[in-house]
Amino acid sequence: MEQHSQPTAQDLSGLPSGWRGFVADWSSDQRAFKVSWGKAMMWIFLVSDTFVFSCFLIGYMTVRISTTVVWPKPREVFALSIGGVSVPLLLIAIMTFILISSSGTMAMAVHFAYLRDRAKAAALMLATAAFGATFVSLQAFEWTHLILGEGVRPWGSSLGAAQFGASFFMITGFHGLHVTAGVIYLLTVAYRVLKGRYEKSGNYQIVEIAGLYWHFVDLVWVFIFALFYLW
Amino acid sequence: MAYSHGDGHHPPQSFWTRYVWSQDHKVISIQYTITAIVIGLVGLVLSNLMRLQLGFPGLVPFIDPAHYYQFVTMHGMIMVIYLLTALFLGGFGNYLIPLMVGARDMVFPFLNMLSYWVYLLAVLVLVASFFTPGGPTGAGWTLYPPQAILPGTPGDGAGIILMLVSLLIFIVAATMGGLNYVTTVLQARTEGMTLMRLPLTVWGIFMATILALLAFPALFVSGVMMLLDKTLGTSFFMPALMSLGQALGYKGGSPLLFQHLFWFFGHPEVYIVALPAFGIVSDLISTHARKNIFGYRLMVWAIVAIGVLSVVVWAHHMFVSGMNPYFGFFFATTTLIIAIPTAIKVYNWVLTLWRGNIHLTVPMLFAIGFISMFAIGGLTGLFLGNVSVDIPLSNTYFVVAHFHMVMGVAPILVVFGGIYHWFPKVTGRMLNDTLGQLHFWITFIGTYLIYFPMHYLGFLGMPRRYYAYENYQFIPPSAQVLNEFITVVALIVGVAQFLFVFNLAWSVFKGRAASSNPWGGTTLEWQTPDTPPVHGNWGETLPVVYRWAYEYSVPGEARDFVPQNLAPEGEGEGE
Repeated sequence: MEQHSQPTAQDLSGLPSGWRGFVADWSSDQRAFKVSWGKAMMWIFLVSDTFVFSCFLIGYMTVRISTTVVWPKPREVFALSIGGVSVPLLLIAIMTFILISSSGTMAMAVHFAYLRDRAKAAALMLATAAFGATFVSLQAFEWTHLILGEGVRPWGSSLGAAQFGASFFMITGFHGLHVTAGVIYLLTVAYRVLKGRYEKSGNYQIVEIAGLYWHFVDLVWVFIFALFYLW
Repeated sequence: MAYSHGDGHHPPQSFWTRYVWSQDHKVISIQYTITAIVIGLVGLVLSNLMRLQLGFPGLVPFIDPAHYYQFVTMHGMIMVIYLLTALFLGGFGNYLIPLMVGARDMVFPFLNMLSYWVYLLAVLVLVASFFTPGGPTGAGWTLYPPQAILPGTPGDGAGIILMLVSLLIFIVAATMGGLNYVTTVLQARTEGMTLMRLPLTVWGIFMATILALLAFPALFVSGVMMLLDKTLGTSFFMPALMSLGQALGYKGGSPLLFQHLFWFFGHPEVYIVALPAFGIVSDLISTHARKNIFGYRLMVWAIVAIGVLSVVVWAHHMFVSGMNPYFGFFFATTTLIIAIPTAIKVYNWVLTLWRGNIHLTVPMLFAIGFISMFAIGGLTGLFLGNVSVDIPLSNTYFVVAHFHMVMGVAPILVVFGGIYHWFPKVTGRMLNDTLGQLHFWITFIGTYLIYFPMHYLGFLGMPRRYYAYENYQFIPPSAQVLNEFITVVALIVGVAQFLFVFNLAWSVFKGRAASSNPWGGTTLEWQTPDTPPVHGNWGETLPVVYRWAYEYSVPGEARDFVPQNLAPEGEGEGE
């Protein structure tokens, strides 16, 4: 061991080093992470929810690989006709853009919440919720188009494998429920921010916690987009 | 929302907020425990009905094949999910985590209360399936498609739907509770309570809860998919097939996908049940042998290692389902590696007993009974973990004997031991010792008499899950004698459990008054100012922890234990 002439070296001599020291440091305090209870719980919930979505996506990929019937081409199924020209994935591109944008407004809301600028924080959260609601509405439009226009059903379609409709409605439906829940969550928190409920404690972390959930829902969408629409 | 002392929280006053809509972790724990025991008794009666049919075929007229399969299914599901999981996490976890880490309650008491009521709803939906046309599902507790949702399987209508709905509700409840337990252990410990000073009980429940949060999603997803297959006619798990002479509308699904998802949940589930048992038994043995636990750090790492390994072994339940031989090799190897941390734990328990000042109290009897049951049940796991041995033994009574000993009876023995151990703290009264001894010896000896012969039946090739065994050339008639014997013992053991229930009910009101620390325990729950602990647990100030949880029989100390929160000589109480 090389000797360093640091003044603290002697104070640390009795403490464990190496792997044991790492464990002792990490586990030594009253709390493992320097965050509030609510934030820690949201992170743990998101890890669990990640497993839910992973299982959904792995299940979808499995049935897509194992089915013997041809899988419909997402480029064609999800194309929109604009002035007689079929543009592939246009609607999904717009939906993805909207959802990603909502993550931006959410991040700004967190910023202004910590500055205790209640009006701006609440307005940006409302904007985020509006983006989310737009996303869900476009999703409803997409479902209608698929069900009525293309004749896709959960139990089968004329386009190809029966699992196409089944996986699509299940996964986007489950994600859509998450977005809807997020919109309600954001509206609740925005209302409370506006009413000054958090003024007494001055603690606006709840905005960040709601934001964590919202960013997670966006991130999940990126995976759904990549694995369902682009594959 | 959260408790910190002096923030003006007062205990709830009315009967309803105090005992029913309570947010107090101790009350919620008792609610969980009572509900789990009640539904567990249903599971017990179902098992005895099954044994009646196997030992004395046709003796009870109403047990026809359909009923028999429904009993098999419901017995398995109730015992694994609604009894053991709920009791260890919701019952023991709720009571012990805040007390043992020195917190006033779980971090989010309201969510905790919600967790119980949602769990109760899951139990009620499960019970409701008994009263639907066609009865509960008879698909076996693994609910394998395609048969689980097809006509010909008992309860293929409302039964299977209610079963799946109940599971989905249960997962929501377990998630709400689990988030609380994990966050409380990680973030709400009292001063001085480092992670490496936690009692092993908390470590076991903590790791099991993490497993629950990661494994239940797979069951959730498979439940949703099967529900869609059943109700909307999707084909996730359903291939094109003929059923009862009719071509069905399903096409192209993968039954193997269900098995993978189910066992990705199902194997960690074994450790969701076993890890809390490991933790509790460590504390029972140390306390009642008046000796520190041997190899505390290794015990913690073994719990962590078992938790990590348990998510990469699931396909050893599927050796007979057919898979790439390399996969079989991989899953057999990981399965056998689990034997290492598990064996470390068993050695450490035995070495803790070695030269200890062993008090053969009722909790200690159950703890020692657990070691014996777990070691022997675990040994047969090594047989079944090898692909070439598993294939002939799979689907025989050998498997039934294995998993009942290792993850059925062994954890249940710890549940009993834990209840005998902590009952004085929960109620302020001791359980009756004579009844407890009687309960232990009947259960312990009875279990061996039930499951040892089953290994032999398995070697004979007797298949599990059959309604009757007449006219099978390869099963000698003497097997029936063993079956009768097993049934008689099972009935005796079944009845003996009512001794335990009676003991609980009687001792709550008439039991001998208990002191605040009857076993001389070091951990924080024994140091509460009131017994039973009141709302907020700790009175004015939170305890401060100075040492690990196993300071027993220290030379030179006046007593043979040093509580975790006793200030060392020369240091004040932190004033």
